[in-house]
Amino acid sequence: MRILVNGASREVRAADLSGALEELGYGGAVVATAVNGEFVPATDRPAARLTEGDRLEVLAPMQGG
Amino acid sequence: MLRLYEVDLSSRLLLGTARYPSPAILTEAVKASGAQVVTVSLRRESGGERAGQGFWSLIRGLGVRVLPNTAGCHSVKEAVTTAHMGREVFNTSWVKLEVIGEDETLQPDVFGLVEAARILCKEGFEVFPYTTEDLIVAERLLEAGCRVLMPWGSPIGSGRGLNNLFGLQTLRARFPEVPLVVDAGIGLPSHAAQALELGFDAVLINTAVSQARDPVGMAGAFAQALAAGRAAYEAGPMEPRDLAAPSTPLIGTAFLA
Repeated sequence: MRILVNGASREVRAADLSGALEELGYGGAVVATAVNGEFVPATDRPAARLTEGDRLEVLAPMQGG
Repeated sequence: MLRLYEVDLSSRLLLGTARYPSPAILTEAVKASGAQVVTVSLRRESGGERAGQGFWSLIRGLGVRVLPNTAGCHSVKEAVTTAHMGREVFNTSWVKLEVIGEDETLQPDVFGLVEAARILCKEGFEVFPYTTEDLIVAERLLEAGCRVLMPWGSPIGSGRGLNNLFGLQTLRARFPEVPLVVDAGIGLPSHAAQALELGFDAVLINTAVSQARDPVGMAGAFAQALAAGRAAYEAGPMEPRDLAAPSTPLIGTAFLA
């Protein structure tokens, strides 16, 4: 299915968020996730189902003031 | 000793981590500043580059406490969601809460700020709200559960120092027990010293250090200014007056006319 990952259209096979992150190259990375604007805690990722057109945000630590 | 949410800190500088010429200079600047708290943010991570992972390992190596911000958020929902994401990634309940109301001045949307602060305090966050010097907003933030306030000196990144001295002094006088951190607008060590001379508890600085020609040198200069400003406050500054008052005693002046 196609979903939007950080604003870019991507094809993923996994139906859950954990699997999608692995597939997209985030395995083992320290990231926080939100689907369709709602925060999804790391512990909920295996149970979080993705559907066509979902908007996934994957955020990581960055410089800030 | 500065105490923010039950954490004792010997440094009165909170340092931002953005816009340094290199990661190595950032590291050296943090060390030279003596800061025990640095601000960090969250941004989109690319699965290929994973740039954030390297930055995070650098920050962890510094052994300092992190204060995640909600920079760039313009709505309550965005700020609350970002705070949740920051809490998970950085493993801290501290959050520098920014709800921006206007893009030219980056002035906080104080209405959204109070609303977001209320939500986050209820959820167990320890909120550092980026606010103005407005007394009523400050009161509402404290009612919402904030136990630290961060009034702006002047607009973020402007380097103009303490823009509304009277307003800031009034805020200090009105809330003598609340830790107040001047956040934003400090451009020079003298601005930071002035904030502490007035009784502010700490300052949060980023651009003034990171955009200096020599950020490490400037970080050290700020550390000295803050030490001087605090020592001056504790020593009790004299009251200014409008007319001259001779410092040399007049008694015993020779008559030589």
